[in-house]
Formats: sequence, C-alpha cells, structure tokens
Amino acid sequence: MLTFTLRRLLVAIPTLLFISLVIFLLVDLAPGSPLSDIPLTVPPDVRQRMIEALGADQPVFVRYVLWLRQFFWVEPAYLLDGWFGTNLANGEQRILSWQARSPVFTIIGERIPQTLIVIGTAYLVGVLIALPIGIYSAYRQYSAFDQFGTLFAMIGFSVPTFFSGTLFIIIFAVWLGWFPTKYDTQLEVTDWASFVEQLRQMALPVMTLGLANAAVISRYMRSSMLDNMTQDYVRTARAKGMTERTVVLKHVLRNSMIPVVTVIALGIPSIFGGAIITENLFGVNGIGAALIGAIHASDLPMVQTLAFIFAVLIVTFNLIADILYGLLDPRIRYD
Amino acid sequence: MKLKSALLGAVCVFAFAPAAFAERGADGELKLTFPQAVSIMTPYLSGGTKDIYAASMVLEPLAGLDPQGVLVPKLAAEIPTLENGGISADLTTITWKLQPGLLWSDGTPVTADDAVFTAAYCMDPAGGCAQATKYEGVASVEAVDATTIKVTFTGPKPNPYTAFVGALAPILQKAQFANCLGAAAPTCTDANNMPIGTGPFMVTGFTVNDTVSLTANPNYRDPAKPAFATAVIKGGGDAEGSARAVMETGEFDYAWNTQIPPDSQTAMTAAGKGQFVVAFGTLVERVEMNTTNPSPDLPEGERSTAKHPHPILSDIKVRTALSKAIDRSILVEVGYGAGGKPTCNVIPGPDAWASDNTGCLTQDMPGAMALLDEAGWKDSDGDGIRDKDGKKLSILYQTTVNPIRQDFQALIKDWWTELGVEVELKAIDPGVFFGGDPGSPDTFQKFYADVEMYANNSDNPDPETYLGQYQCKNAPTPENGWQGENINRFCDPAYDALHAELTKTTDIAARQEIAKKLNDMVTKDSMTVIPLVHRGTLSAHSLTLGGVAINAWDSELWNVADWFRVK
Repeated sequence: MLTFTLRRLLVAIPTLLFISLVIFLLVDLAPGSPLSDIPLTVPPDVRQRMIEALGADQPVFVRYVLWLRQFFWVEPAYLLDGWFGTNLANGEQRILSWQARSPVFTIIGERIPQTLIVIGTAYLVGVLIALPIGIYSAYRQYSAFDQFGTLFAMIGFSVPTFFSGTLFIIIFAVWLGWFPTKYDTQLEVTDWASFVEQLRQMALPVMTLGLANAAVISRYMRSSMLDNMTQDYVRTARAKGMTERTVVLKHVLRNSMIPVVTVIALGIPSIFGGAIITENLFGVNGIGAALIGAIHASDLPMVQTLAFIFAVLIVTFNLIADILYGLLDPRIRYD
Repeated sequence: MKLKSALLGAVCVFAFAPAAFAERGADGELKLTFPQAVSIMTPYLSGGTKDIYAASMVLEPLAGLDPQGVLVPKLAAEIPTLENGGISADLTTITWKLQPGLLWSDGTPVTADDAVFTAAYCMDPAGGCAQATKYEGVASVEAVDATTIKVTFTGPKPNPYTAFVGALAPILQKAQFANCLGAAAPTCTDANNMPIGTGPFMVTGFTVNDTVSLTANPNYRDPAKPAFATAVIKGGGDAEGSARAVMETGEFDYAWNTQIPPDSQTAMTAAGKGQFVVAFGTLVERVEMNTTNPSPDLPEGERSTAKHPHPILSDIKVRTALSKAIDRSILVEVGYGAGGKPTCNVIPGPDAWASDNTGCLTQDMPGAMALLDEAGWKDSDGDGIRDKDGKKLSILYQTTVNPIRQDFQALIKDWWTELGVEVELKAIDPGVFFGGDPGSPDTFQKFYADVEMYANNSDNPDPETYLGQYQCKNAPTPENGWQGENINRFCDPAYDALHAELTKTTDIAARQEIAKKLNDMVTKDSMTVIPLVHRGTLSAHSLTLGGVAINAWDSELWNVADWFRVK
C-alpha cells in the first residue's frame, strides 16, 4: 500500500507539470485581452503602455517559466515567512492578478472561507439528505417513497441552479422576505444574533446547491443498495434469523457504501472549486466567482493559478479515493 | 428629458430640506451594490467604471462636473477661467488654488506637492497609467506655493480642464504613493486598495472583487457631512440581482448599472421600494459602416484597407437606405425602456453641443426602397434579394454577444430583408471584439464585416478628442498593427481641416458650432455612422435614500457626501 501510494505520488509530479503547461497554453491561446473592459475612450498608445506594465507583452514561455518559479518557489517562501517570520522570499515578485494588481494567493485566501463554508455545508447537507433517501428508496423499491425520491432526484438533476436559485430568491426573499439575497462576506459570527444572521444568509445558496448534490448522491446510493440487496450473503443473513435492521444497516449498507464513498470523495475537489453560478447569483464571491470574473477579464495569472490548484486537488482526491477503496474493501490490494 | 428634469427637481427638494440640521454619521450605514465587483480603488490603474466610481467616494479631484456637465470645485477654491486670471491669456497655463485648511483622512495637510506628484505618477510611461490622456499635453505641473498648482501645457489648450478634473483624475497622497512610481505602481497593493483620500469616506476594508468597507472621513472639509457613518459596496452577481436587492427586497440603498429589460423595470418599480434613475451622457449605440472592402477573397493585409473601397457601401444611397429602414423607437422600446432614447447624432449631449439632427427618427421604408432602386440595386431574378451587375446586395452584420444587441440584430435584419438586402448576422465574444488583439480577425478595429454595431462615448462633455477619432490618420491598418479609432476608415480632408480648427478655437459657442458640423459630417451628411440609441446609465435607489443626483459627466457618486436617509 505504501509503495503504491509513493509510486502514485511520484507519477503525479510530471502529470501536474504537464497539466500546468497545457493550462497555461490553453489560457494564453484563448482569445481576449486583459484590457477588453477598458473603455474605448482610452487610446491605443495608453493601452500598449498598460499591457507593458502588466508584463503581458512578454513571450509565452518567459511568462510560463516565471509563473512556475513564482508558484513553486516564491509563493511557498512567502507562506513559510508568514508562519515562521523568516525572510526566504526576500521581497520577490509574487503572482499578481492583472485585474486587481493584488497577489493571487491573497485573493484566494480571502475567498476560500466563504467557499468552504457555503459550498462545503451544501455538500454535507446534500450527503445527509441523499443517504437516507437512497437507502430507504432501495429497501422499499417502487414504493410511494421510492417514486417520490426518484421525482426529487429528477428535479435536482434536471433543474439548473440558475433557475432553482432564482426561483428560491423570488419565493423566499421577495415574497416571503425570510432570507437575504446577497451574501455578506464581511459578517463575523461573534454572538447568537450574528450566528442566526449567518444561517439566514447561507440558507438560499445551501438550499440551491444541496438539492443538486443530494439528487446525484441519492441515485448512487440507491443503485448500489439495490445491487447488494439481491446478493446471496443477504439471503444467508436473513436465513440466520437476523433482524431486518441488522441486515440492511450492517450488511447491505456497509458493502454498498464502497462505491458511494468514492463518489463522495471525488466530489470534494469541487467544493474548493466553488460553484460558479450559485456563487454569482447570491454574491457569495468565493473561488468560483473569482474564476469566472478572471476569465471574463482575461486575467491570465488568476485563471492559470486557480485552474492549476484545481488540478492538484483533483489528482490528490483521486489518490485518496483509491486508498479509501482499498481500506474499505479488503479484497482490493494494490501491492 | 422631462423625466430627467422631474428627477432633478425632486432631488433638489430633497437635497436642500435637511441641510440645516444634518450631522455627520447620524444616518447609519449606506449600502451600495455593483453588479461588477470593485477590483482596485484607484482610477489610475483601472479603466473599469466600477473601480472609478468606488474610488470617487475616497479620492477627489480639484474639480468635478455636475449633472448638467458644468464644472464645480471640489478641492479647488474656485474654477480658474480666463476672466478670473486662472487661465493665462495665451491658453498655455491654468493655475488652481486649493481650498484653505484641507486635510487628508489621516490628518496631514493637502498641499500642491500632492498634485505635482499625482501628475508625475500618471505621466510616468512605465506605470501603465490608464488615465494618461487626462495629462496629455501637460508640459509641467509645479507647486507655486503650498496651495497653488500651476499646470503648463505644451501649446495653447482651449479645454484645460483635463488634468485633476473629474473622477478619472483625482489627487493622490504623495506620502502614501511615493514608492509607487513607474514600474512599481502595480505592486503597491495596499496603497492601491486602501488609498488615503480627501473624500467623504475612507476605506477600512477591501476584499478584491467582493466588498469595500468605508467609514465617514473624520477630516472631511464639511463637518456636517457625510450623513452616513459607514458605507459598504458589495459587488458581484448581475444587473437583475442588483436591481432586485434595491427595488424588491430593499437590502441595499443604491445599485449602480441596473440595465435590465424594460418589462422587468416596470415590474420592479411596481414593488414600491425604490426607483430607477437614468443619466444620459454621450453613450450612443450605433451601426458603423465599413468604407473599405472586407472580402475574404482579398489577400491578408489588403482586406478592410483603404486600397479597396467597399463594393456596396461606398454608395451613399445604400448607406442612407439602410438607415431609413430602421425604426429607432422600436429598438428603444425593446432594448432599453427608460434607459434609452432614439438619436441621429454621435454627439447626443450635452444639449449645447448636440446637433438638431432628427431626420432619421421616422422610419421610411418606401423612401429607402426608392433610394436602392435609384442606386441601381434591383431584384432582377425574383429571389427577393436585390442585385446589380450580377452581384447580390448582401451584407455581414457583426456585433458582440449581448442579449439586447442580438434583439437589435434580429429586428434590423428583418427591416433590411424587407428592403431586399440579404443580411448575415455574426456575434462575437466582447472580450475578443474589444480586445484589440491584432492576431484575431474578429476585433472591431479590423472590421472584417460590412457593418458592425457597438456603443461608444466621449469621456468629456467637450467632444474634441472624441471627434478626433474620425480623422484619416486614425484608421486602423495592418501597418499600425490595427490600432486606431477610425474603424470606418472614413477619410475626408474637409473633416480633418475642421477638426484642426476645433483644436484651435477657444470661444465656447464657436466650438459648439464646429462640433455640431463635425457630428453632421459623419452622420447625416455621409451616413458613415448610423446612430441608433442614445443610452443612459440606469441605476436604482431605495426610496429611503435621499440626495441622489445621478450624473453622466462624472462619477454617479459625485455627491455622495450629500446623501442622507429619508425618515
């Protein structure tokens, strides 16, 4: 297992380097200019000087090597300096966003909390709703509950978040006036009142995303349970006179969880990736909103860094899912 | 116009009523929302309107413009003119006097040195200053004494109110930005995000592309203002969401740029929590005619250049017919509602500068058809498309991806098809269209199409620079890397001569006359530009917010110090 993990980690290094190059070239070759938001009243010579000041006129490989150095050397150095008060970075140039002229990692640092809180909660809520629905739907296949669960999953699958989100805003914010429509990222939870306020402002985005997440996971849970329900060992367990509760929740559920855990683990990087549409709709302004904003503004350093971080997370969680698989199912051994 | 006057009247009533008993910070928090979030708090490193407006709450120029486009002093004691001796008789210098006793929000005095520094900051070629045009033609800026700033121009400057005037050119604090000159400008993150200013508010917190937190400036020059103790600008989302947060849920007091469809405007106003306000500047949605041949059959480097005149659009009769077929009032109704009005001018305002050109406002289908017949374009083979010498009357019509523009394309295509013109539509990503990448075939400068539609405006009520873009020398060509604003490749020596005269004329009435003539030369006389809609900026404010006087010539938040809570 250890050899397997180490081998996978070593393979990940060239993979990630290759991914970073591909992302860089793709982003760079994509049409658009960092100055496309600048009004037409700004004359061409001024634009040219602005491009030069950004460093955007450098050849693509110069910028790529500079970015690699900044990402793997300068930024970690700043991080260590921040932790231990050392001076490894020595004032070197960090990765700067073209749009905001602030360090990209500062922006990411500002945005990670609300993304993790909102999208993470939505994922958790989604999982907590999905598992019971999936289990019970499979146990009572074709019952009224199962039909309802299927309907719920179909709605969650097929209704896009920009629609369900807007619908929730109109019902719960405009008509009923229960929840705010714009997320206040500056809200600090210090007492009961501010905690309630935080819950209120999280309600709509969590509801919107939770519905979509729950739909997907509940279907996996249901089909995995159904696969196991008809197995011989289940019949044996029943024949031994075990209670239905033990059969379903101990024997069937444990075995059914193996593929579901993988699906859940593989979904975790998407929490860090944020939710572009939902974040924009409710003004959560997390990582997803940062990414789409940077794409619109052709802010290459920001897009490149974010896309690469996502790549790292996906590679990491794939590895974690593989290892978890081995732990959950003793029949699977990688050595 | 009536709406605007009525709004201004209402605003004036509100603005003066509570002035007698106002107190700084008495009205709690002012909440603003911008559909595009604020990226940086200095206009010198950003050209985005969102950043410029947000910065205008903190940084101030010597003078600004009021909703009528008239100069009003901000940090200056008065507006320098020829009469009061502030402008030299030869028009080469302008001398500004600061108000006495001005303080930065950190308590240090504002001096003429700060202005001198600001000019040096923006004029440094390595800094990539976005507002460099504001300091164009400035030979030197000197501090005559602690409160006197003398700007010397390289030649006579009939309109010297560019440097240090308006939200685009505010004064920076020398002490804060001293290490941010030239190439270091973008790296001064703290100064760029939390500049020290003289405005009614100061920045207390800044998260990039998300939220700006502000608090009343304790050293603001009017001790009774601002009425609000704190302010917050929340960014992100879309125009619809921003409008809803003001008009329907009442979470915010003011939303900038709430350009939403006319039916949504009506529905949201009906909720009774807020109102839309609109400011008409010089923004005009127009169809531009290509005077050169964009045919892909031509070798690269000769396409859309003056070498090959346009085979169809070179005939003014065709251009006029295309304009006559358009019903501009329907376009306004479909696309903008209260946020637009039909126009035939490239310079639609201020009123004193706008030509009385109204000839295009009524649609004239029979007239348009007659013109095409006269020009020799007839449907000889009965397929519904006119032709001449075996060539079809077929045009490619491009614009950016934008729902309103696609509606406009569809409507205009219908009218032109009715004329017997075959129209092919194309929509291009705005980042590419306006990106100016010389390698892309789809930029508006390259203009590889017959007609294209977008909006442009003058950033100054005086349109000298703006009208200058139609000079022959400003045509984008392969030789100049496809840079230049004269995208029609319009070239009329008479126009260039008249524009040269404008740059030398000082009498304001004479300047207005010339500007009107130049406007007519590119519109009704030559039909090179077909203006469609004079677009306003539509914003929304809560009925509980008083003092709003929307302004097209300066920041919309130009008088935020006077805003108050209606009780």
